[in-house]
Amino acid sequence: MTAPDQAPGAAPEDIYRRYLVDRIHPPAWRNPKPTGKYHLVVIGAGPGGVTGACEAAALGAKVALIERDLIGGDRLNVGCVPSKAIIRTARLYAGMRDARDFGGQVPGNIDVGFAAVMERMRRIQARLGRAASAGRLSEAGVDVYFGAARFTGPESVEVAGETLRFKKALIATGARPQTPSIPGLAETGYLTNENVFNLTVCPRRLLVIGGGPLGCELAQAFSRFGSRVIIAQDDPMFLPREERDAAQILSDSLARDGIEIHLNTSVVAVHKAGSEKIVDLESDGGRFSVAVDEILAGIGRAPNVEDLGLEAAGIRYDAKSGIQVDDFLRTSNRRVFAAGDVCMEHKFTHAAEASARIAVKNALFWGRKRLSDLTIPWCTYTDPEIAHVGLYVREALEKSIPVKTFTILMHDVDRAVTDGEEEGFVKIHVRDGTDRILGATVVASHAGEMINGLSLAIGAGIGLSAVARVIHTYPTQAEAFKMAADAYIRTRLTPFRKFLARRWLAW
Amino acid sequence: MVEAAPESVAGTDPESARETDDALLDRFQAAAVGYFLKHVNPENGLAADTSRPGSPASIAVVGFALSSYPLGVERGWMNRADAAAISLVTLDFFWNSRQSDQPDATGHKGFYYHFLDMKTGRRVWQCELSLIDTTLLLAGVLEASVYFNADNPVEAAIRACADAIYRRVDWQWARGGGVTARQGWKPESGFLHYGWEGYSEASIVYVLGLASPTHKLPDDSFKAWTETYQWENIYDYELLYAGPLFIHLFSQAWIDFAGIRDRFMREKGCDYFENTRRAVYVQREYARRNPHGFKGYGKDSWGLTANDGPGYEIKTINGRERRFLGYAARGVPYGPDDGTIGPCAALASLPFAPELVLPALRHLCAAYPEMTRDAKLPSGFNPTLPGAGPAGWVSEGYYGLDQGLLVLMIENYRSGLIWKLMRQCPYIGGGLRRAGFTGGWLS
Repeated sequence: MTAPDQAPGAAPEDIYRRYLVDRIHPPAWRNPKPTGKYHLVVIGAGPGGVTGACEAAALGAKVALIERDLIGGDRLNVGCVPSKAIIRTARLYAGMRDARDFGGQVPGNIDVGFAAVMERMRRIQARLGRAASAGRLSEAGVDVYFGAARFTGPESVEVAGETLRFKKALIATGARPQTPSIPGLAETGYLTNENVFNLTVCPRRLLVIGGGPLGCELAQAFSRFGSRVIIAQDDPMFLPREERDAAQILSDSLARDGIEIHLNTSVVAVHKAGSEKIVDLESDGGRFSVAVDEILAGIGRAPNVEDLGLEAAGIRYDAKSGIQVDDFLRTSNRRVFAAGDVCMEHKFTHAAEASARIAVKNALFWGRKRLSDLTIPWCTYTDPEIAHVGLYVREALEKSIPVKTFTILMHDVDRAVTDGEEEGFVKIHVRDGTDRILGATVVASHAGEMINGLSLAIGAGIGLSAVARVIHTYPTQAEAFKMAADAYIRTRLTPFRKFLARRWLAW
Repeated sequence: MVEAAPESVAGTDPESARETDDALLDRFQAAAVGYFLKHVNPENGLAADTSRPGSPASIAVVGFALSSYPLGVERGWMNRADAAAISLVTLDFFWNSRQSDQPDATGHKGFYYHFLDMKTGRRVWQCELSLIDTTLLLAGVLEASVYFNADNPVEAAIRACADAIYRRVDWQWARGGGVTARQGWKPESGFLHYGWEGYSEASIVYVLGLASPTHKLPDDSFKAWTETYQWENIYDYELLYAGPLFIHLFSQAWIDFAGIRDRFMREKGCDYFENTRRAVYVQREYARRNPHGFKGYGKDSWGLTANDGPGYEIKTINGRERRFLGYAARGVPYGPDDGTIGPCAALASLPFAPELVLPALRHLCAAYPEMTRDAKLPSGFNPTLPGAGPAGWVSEGYYGLDQGLLVLMIENYRSGLIWKLMRQCPYIGGGLRRAGFTGGWLS
């Protein structure tokens, strides 16, 4: 569910925007009249809510889906879809800039048409919005209600003046950007993922606060569109969750794009001077200022738990960590479940969808599916991309699991070399002494695509020995997995086995 | 375009070609020791960070200087009385200089600022109170206390002063409230914010921190640090990974890790000596593969480490855009790599993989005679960036850390003197045991 607050500029009205809104919040929409108790009421029509509602309806449940703003949630409107659309165009411009490295000619006049970039983005949003339109959801047997939902009791929720009674409910209201507590920032005005895609002009100078996934992705994209980008991160490296080598490669890559990087640096104050925004930064006790045209804050997300009447339904929550759920995604109200960003640490579209499936099964069919059983990969779509699945080495060692990492450098992968995409690596972590894959990190131009093979292996319990037996298409970048698996096989060739082999051959 | 023609020999250095290995090493070691004879202030024992004019002192370089004096005596390059005298002057300075939280003190809580004014001994450049650099200084201090064991007033004073300096260090404070040691502290902003995760040169910090009879690090600090380790299979070598070569060498310069193992290494069937050896092989393999096509890389020309570089600039060379770095921690295989080779770190790997290092040294002499003629090795050179000779860009002057590491490691290869002395230091053995090391010479 998209939070409507603090969005200074609305999305530009054009044919695509109108087309999209006609589908994801039709102006003439009339909410249905509730008839009897619903098997499932879903609050929030983001990826988790839509998935949960459709799954339940497909299984024959009577389902209501409530959305206060736009169907599709962050993913479609202010998250993955628009960001990946503009990142694609940003890669195109980087490709033109670097044409000479590929034996090409740099076009004479590279002129970034920002309006066209954003128009393409809206066109793509409109197209992808079709699949989850209000009309389609109705056709799928889901009663779609627009309006703010509020629990009125442990088994009822109110929306737009109607009371919906339910046997089970699923809260999937998502999260919104955290409001940074930086003096002067709110008064000066700033961008978040909720309004940055409404920009019609590319900021000449942009300060990005926070070196998390969103900050890094958009810093790189805007830099490639010609913005003079400064990024300030108060940690010693970008993407603090990721492996240090991954973060280092990303840091080098951002620097190559011409981004001014300030690590270990905090934004301490902001004020306006004429049309400029003056930002005071502090690092190692030293203070300095930069003047920019726009500020993008990407410093974390807060769950949407307010104004839902959770107390009335006896649902425990925390303003920071969201709705409290057990491993079966059940809240403190046995009839109410939650899924996605509102209750999970991993705030990703695919995690929201996967958790919603579990919640629906557990809610309606007495399922005993556990959230902790999920293998959730994720990816930061910078160039190169950084993807991860499973355990980090540190997590494994904390659990006293001995780990060995098989590393393949992308510069040793033929297809990465032919593609001129040699930056990065594949690291596969196995339980030492076995071929069991615990986790993996991939840094590569298409790491997000590549990680799926490893997620499959982990999810299906396939070890590195089996991966080594799988014939991988040559030349592909995913061949790096096979190379890592082959390295594992070579470690099995102990001196004793070599001795036996030599004896056998001699005989 | 393939730029690398790495394995060819660009020139010849007849002198080195005729020398025996020992004579060759003697020449390079003597030249490196010469750094300390020339760039130490006899008034206070402070050693310059670099040979460049106006360079401040680096406390770590002082640690290397103190460690060099005993071997200088043993090799006949100094007499014992002079070595003891300069050692005592140095220790006196560090014991008596101002310790306080004021920004221009020499140290605080027993630690010292990374860079000091060569004359006044006060903090310069608003630099940090450095844990690792203080530890390298302490290693030199403690080595002096072991070597100067004679029953005379000067050598007795060395021993007393060294012990006092070590006991004053407040390792507990240096955790900044956490479990593991922090990298440093500044009076202006408190403890440094930098992460110090993964294997690094900090082993000796933990060893000396754990052994302190006065303000020791907690027992679980070493374990907590080793939980950030990554054991990797890279190029078919299995090792505790760290990119820059110096990381595999600094603690090893003083501590003989051969045959002794902590829990992590017991689990992996390895030790830190063997690990450094493997790291050297990975360095060489990286240079052979030379993924970025830098000039000069090859089987006998390798060594990516923290060292001086050409400076931050972008240049197009042979149609390819190259981004050069200044002083930076270069590493394999993830980089950064700007084509700058660290010859000192490569030569300092001698005790661990002499079969790779000796050919590399002879290659350096043959390919870059203009750089190696006086047997002093620069911090870095970069054949990709054109310079006066085939070595391309060559770092100006010399760095004390490089020279110190060279002196100690060549000695460890030749006689094992530093390792032997430090094995006698109770704090080294005690710290290793508290960190969970067993076996080998600890038995």
